[in-house]
Amino acid sequence: MKEYEALSTTSVKHPWPDARGRYGRFGGRYVPETLVYALDELEAAYRSAMADPAFLSDLAERQRNYVGRPTPLYRADRLTAHLGGARIYLKREDLAHTGAHKINNALGQCLLAKRMGKPRVIAETGAGQHGVATATASALLGLDCDVYMGTEDIERQKLNVFRMRLLGARVIGVDSGSKTLKDAINEAMRDWVTNVQHTHYVLGTVHGPHPFPMIVRDFQSVIGREARCQILDQEGRLPDALIACVGGGSNAMGLFYEFLGDTDVAMVGVEAGGTAIVPGMHAARFAGGALGMLQGAMSYVLQDKDGQIGQTHSVSAGLDYASVGPEHALLFTSGRVEYTHASDQEALDAFQLLSCTEGIIPALESAHAIAETIKRAPTMRANQTIIVNLSGRGDKDVQQAAKFILKGEEI
Amino acid sequence: MNRIEARFQALKTQGVSAFVPYITAGDPSMDLSEQLVLALERAGADVIEFGVPFSDPVGDGIVIQEAAQRALQRGASLRKVIAAVRSIRRTSQVPLLLFSYFNPILAYGIEAFARDAAEAGVDGVLCVDLPPDEADDYKLALDQAGLCTVFLTAPTTSDDRLRLVGAKCTGFVYYVSRLGVTGEQTALAEGLKDAVTRIQRLTGKPVAVGFGISTPEQAAAVAGLAEGVVVGSAIVRVVAQHGEDPALVETVETFAGNLAQAVKGQT
Repeated sequence: MKEYEALSTTSVKHPWPDARGRYGRFGGRYVPETLVYALDELEAAYRSAMADPAFLSDLAERQRNYVGRPTPLYRADRLTAHLGGARIYLKREDLAHTGAHKINNALGQCLLAKRMGKPRVIAETGAGQHGVATATASALLGLDCDVYMGTEDIERQKLNVFRMRLLGARVIGVDSGSKTLKDAINEAMRDWVTNVQHTHYVLGTVHGPHPFPMIVRDFQSVIGREARCQILDQEGRLPDALIACVGGGSNAMGLFYEFLGDTDVAMVGVEAGGTAIVPGMHAARFAGGALGMLQGAMSYVLQDKDGQIGQTHSVSAGLDYASVGPEHALLFTSGRVEYTHASDQEALDAFQLLSCTEGIIPALESAHAIAETIKRAPTMRANQTIIVNLSGRGDKDVQQAAKFILKGEEI
Repeated sequence: MNRIEARFQALKTQGVSAFVPYITAGDPSMDLSEQLVLALERAGADVIEFGVPFSDPVGDGIVIQEAAQRALQRGASLRKVIAAVRSIRRTSQVPLLLFSYFNPILAYGIEAFARDAAEAGVDGVLCVDLPPDEADDYKLALDQAGLCTVFLTAPTTSDDRLRLVGAKCTGFVYYVSRLGVTGEQTALAEGLKDAVTRIQRLTGKPVAVGFGISTPEQAAAVAGLAEGVVVGSAIVRVVAQHGEDPALVETVETFAGNLAQAVKGQT
């Protein structure tokens, strides 16, 4: 794998973030003054860890033997035959421990927390996958773990709530605002402001104040590093397109990052189109959002004309968020990545198609990426290839999907 | 001279501290908020923090979060807050500081906001989630409009950053006296005197202490240490409890009056 890594020119062609934590005009560090020192401390600890061979080899060893990396790059022949057109590969993050890519970042940040001497971590969670990943890494490393979760999401994701409790974490219900992910982040930030001296905030996506978008991207970039080597092994050349769903955008940045310097590789980010692209019924920030600052970073934000944050909707809790990672905002404005959206219905159709053609039940988030693949693959030639990030498995979503698919019948 | 700077200078010569109450604009209604500002002035407020409601107030505890939500449900917006200031200025010259989050200002347009706010009679702005190193455009626009720019300091702020904040603050420096969000506390932060002295020394500006001060006793204690005493959640709670009460304005005036007297050493 080492020899291929040298071929990636991402860091030359895409030198972000800059010294101020910015991705072009996006990103930055918009936080109450109390947190500035914690962000400085985190950035210093992160840079020292990444320059420390002992930390890196510890992380690599745990990724291999605990997380189960590298995850396979699977050639989906039956889906390819069904759609006709480009050869489709699935990067199987659903096979990582805990069932999603979230563990890559949670493990890295919990190791950092230990290195900083912080005995307690907190996290926000929407669907529960990042909460489960953080609770898992905390159990592994002996850290106290509190997870903030909107009460509406707690109701929708009871199974993951119990998993977190089983792993020794405390799940704290958040009853403010829309009672979902955004409000869980607000509450986690309030906790962090209060307990910053002994607590690390394990932010779950490539959003928030610098250095979080960089740290999460870097810990997730293992996805693209592996995929780049794997596709070169299997196809002998780079892929024609990458497709990933984008909520905050961590699985997409994880896949895209290593390929950013490969200008012939097209990249597509798929947002949640919900039921319609009208305010309150979707979470497609690049379709309906505007420049704004939410929860620490300048980016695209769904908001009203007065700058109040808008309500969002998606069938998938993990994509149901009013803002998007600042690096995605840069890649959108530069045109390097194309952003589109898939509706709830398209995602549910994709969820079923992948299940019955490949025997793989995808997370509803990942099903948005499959939905775009269904549209795009048939327009491409048979000698072209697509890598889709299958960011998580769908077990958590079976109940939610059944509600829509069975339309009221009992499971 | 800007009304906020003038007030701190006048108080310095009198040797007393400033009483700086906070209310959320639009709670329970914008009309009543205007009346509450006038009541706070009668009660002895030196500078009034007028809170701009925001949907996602990460720096605030539950009392002010709920006040913001009530205000937003009744249609409050930054534009309406500025209009309320314009209306207040017809009868009052009390120094007014807008207490906001950044996104409503960004959506309004930073330059347009600075111009409209100054024209309406706003004297300064404190933006909770805008640290000075992200505030170049904002600082420029507010300076040009003659508005004070107040920034936060915290117990975790380093000496270097205190110098930076001092250089960017006009009017006064706001000291968040404990780690956490806004809200009432039963005890004042330990080591407050040393902390305030350090901030005064490194910023060279008057210091107002806030976050957690709720009783006249606490207010009096802080008044002995710092140039300003901010009381927020305790007043907002009284507003919430009496939101439907015809005696709301008098009740708040009495409550704030006790705090003002404590700050001025008249109790």
